[in-house]
Amino acid sequence: MVVTSEVVVESEFETLTEKKSVGRTIVQLMRRKPLGAAGAMIVIVMILMAMFADFLTPYDPVANSFASMTEAPGWTHWLGTDQFGRDLLSRIIYGARTALLVGFTSSVIGATAGLVLGVGSAYFGGRIDLIFQRVMDIFMAFPLIIMALAVVSIFGTGAQNVIIAITIPFIPRCARVVRSSALAIREVPYIDAARANGFSHARIILRHMVPNVMAPYLIMITAFVGQAILLEASLSYLGLGVQEPTPAWGLMLQGGAEEYALSAPWMAIFPGVAISLAVFGFNLFGDAVRDVLDPRLRSR
Amino acid sequence: MSQYIVKRLLLTIPTLLGAAILVFFLMRLIPGDICELRLAGTGGYFDEAALKICRSEIGIDQPTIVQLGGYLWGLATFNFGNSMWTGRPIVEEIGLRFELSLMIAILATVTATIIAIPLGTISAIKQDTWIDYVVRSFSIAGIAIPSFWFGILIIFGILFTTQWWTGIPWMPPIQYKSDWTSWANISNNFGLLIWPALATGYRYSAVATRMTRSAMLEVLREDYIRTARAKGLVERLIIQRHSLKNAMLPVVTVIGLEFAFLMGGLVVTEQVFNLNGLGKLFVESVTNYDYTMTQALVMVVVAVFVFTNFLVDVFYAWLDPRIRYK
Repeated sequence: MVVTSEVVVESEFETLTEKKSVGRTIVQLMRRKPLGAAGAMIVIVMILMAMFADFLTPYDPVANSFASMTEAPGWTHWLGTDQFGRDLLSRIIYGARTALLVGFTSSVIGATAGLVLGVGSAYFGGRIDLIFQRVMDIFMAFPLIIMALAVVSIFGTGAQNVIIAITIPFIPRCARVVRSSALAIREVPYIDAARANGFSHARIILRHMVPNVMAPYLIMITAFVGQAILLEASLSYLGLGVQEPTPAWGLMLQGGAEEYALSAPWMAIFPGVAISLAVFGFNLFGDAVRDVLDPRLRSR
Repeated sequence: MSQYIVKRLLLTIPTLLGAAILVFFLMRLIPGDICELRLAGTGGYFDEAALKICRSEIGIDQPTIVQLGGYLWGLATFNFGNSMWTGRPIVEEIGLRFELSLMIAILATVTATIIAIPLGTISAIKQDTWIDYVVRSFSIAGIAIPSFWFGILIIFGILFTTQWWTGIPWMPPIQYKSDWTSWANISNNFGLLIWPALATGYRYSAVATRMTRSAMLEVLREDYIRTARAKGLVERLIIQRHSLKNAMLPVVTVIGLEFAFLMGGLVVTEQVFNLNGLGKLFVESVTNYDYTMTQALVMVVVAVFVFTNFLVDVFYAWLDPRIRYK
C-alpha cells in the first residue's frame, strides 16, 4: 500500500516534466535510493512470506513432533527444529504474519488517531491546543515499552491486546509531528477561503487540511512499523505478548532458547535474525520514503 | 543560570503530576477492579471476604477523589503502599533493586559514549571512505538488532568461548554485591554488569554514533573551521577544540534522552541475564497481577525520565549560553 503511494507521488512529479513509464520511474528510484530499494525488497519478501505462508511452509508450524526434537539444520529441516520438534523455518515464515499484522495494524491505527488529534489540535488552536499539548507531553514521559507494559497489565496478553498496547504510545508521537505540519497549513489562504465559504469544521479538517499532511502521516507509519515489530518481539519475549502456540519471533526466543544454548543454538539464532532483518528492512525503507516525501524531515 | 534551573525544575511538576493522575486512572480502567482481577487472575477460588479485605487494604472501597488524594500524597512522601504479591512495602522492594539497574544503566551509558564519540568523529572525518561505511553499517545494525537477542548472542559467545577454552561452559555469577569497597566485589560486579551493559549499550551507541557523525559533518563545513585550517592550525586541534566541542550539543541531548529509554530497555535485558533489577521486578509485577507495584514502578521510570530530561536541559544551557539568556 505504502509502496504504491510512494511511486504515485514520484510519478506525479515526473509527469510534469516528461512522460515516463511507471517501470522506469521505479528503476530510477532504485538507482537514486539503493538502500531504500534494498529495504523495500526485504519488506516485499516479508509481505509475500506472510501472505503465502500456507503454501511456502514445508511443515505445520504448531505441530509437535517428538521424533525430531532439537534437530540440527539439514535437508529435512532447513533451519532445524525446536524442543518440541516444530520446524523452525515454518514457524519463522508464519511469524512474519504475526509481526506484520501487529506492526501494520498498530502503526496505521496509531498514526491515524494521531493524525486526527494533531490536525484537530492545530486547527482549533488556542486553549484547546494548549491543553492538548500538555496532555501529549505527559504521554511522552512514558518510554514506549513502559507504556506498552502498563497497558498489557490492564488488558492482558494476546495478539489483540498487544496491538492496543503498541498503538497507544504511538498516538502522541504521531500527533505531535502532524500538528507541527498542520500549524503551517492553517495559516494558508485557502483555509481562510474555506472558512469564509461557511464550511463546517469537519469538512475543513478532513477535506482541506488532512490531505496536506499526508506526507508526515505516511512517514510516521513507515517509521513506526519497524519499531512496532521490535516492541512486539520484546513483549512476546517477556511472555507478555503473543501467546503460545501462535508462531511469533519474540516468543520463539523465549521458549527455552537459552537453555539449549550449547545443544541447539539455532533455536535462538534464526528468529533473532528474522527480527533484525525485518526491522532493518523497514528502517531503510522508511528512511527512503521520508527522503522522497519530505526532505526537510531528514534526520541529521 | 540558577534562575534558569529553578524555572526548569518547576516545569517538571505539572508533567509528573499529570503522569501520576494518568497512571491512577489507567489502573482503574481494569474491568472489575484490581482486587477482583488479581484474585481471579491467579486462578484460585476466592470468597467475598477475601475481596473485601483486599479492597480495604488498598483503600479502593473509598470514593475516587479520596483515593486520588491519598495516592498523590503517598507519591509525594515516597510511600507507595505495599506490594500485592509479597505484602512488603514497595519502597523496600524497589530500594533493593534500584542500585543494580542504575549501575547497568550508567555502565551502558559510559560504554556507549566511549564507543560512539570516537567512531562518529572518525566516520565524519573520513566521510565516504570504507571506514565511514563500516561505522555506518555498525550503527544501522545496532538500531535493528533487538537488545535481548544481542544479549542472548553474548551469552552464547561466553558459553562457547569458555567451553572451547576450558572444556566446561561457564557463565559469570549473577550475585550483585552492593558493597563497592573491596577489589573482589568490584571485579565481581564488573564481570557481572559489563555484559548486560554491552547488550543495551550497543543500540545506544549506534544512535549516538549516528548523531556524532552528522553533527561533526555539519560543524566541519563551518567557516570557522576553514579559518582554522587557513591559519595553519594542527588538524588534531581543529578536531578536538573547534569541531568536537561544537558538535557535542545534539550528541549530549541524544545521550541524555537515550539514558531514560535505557531504563525501559533494561526490562528486557535483565530478563535475558536473569538479573534481579527493576526491570525484572516490573515484568514480575505485570505477570503476577501486582497492580500496586506496577503503578509505583511506572511512576519511578517516568520520574527518572523527567529528571533526566531536566538534567539534559540544564547541561545544554551550561554548554550553550544562548539558551540561558533567552
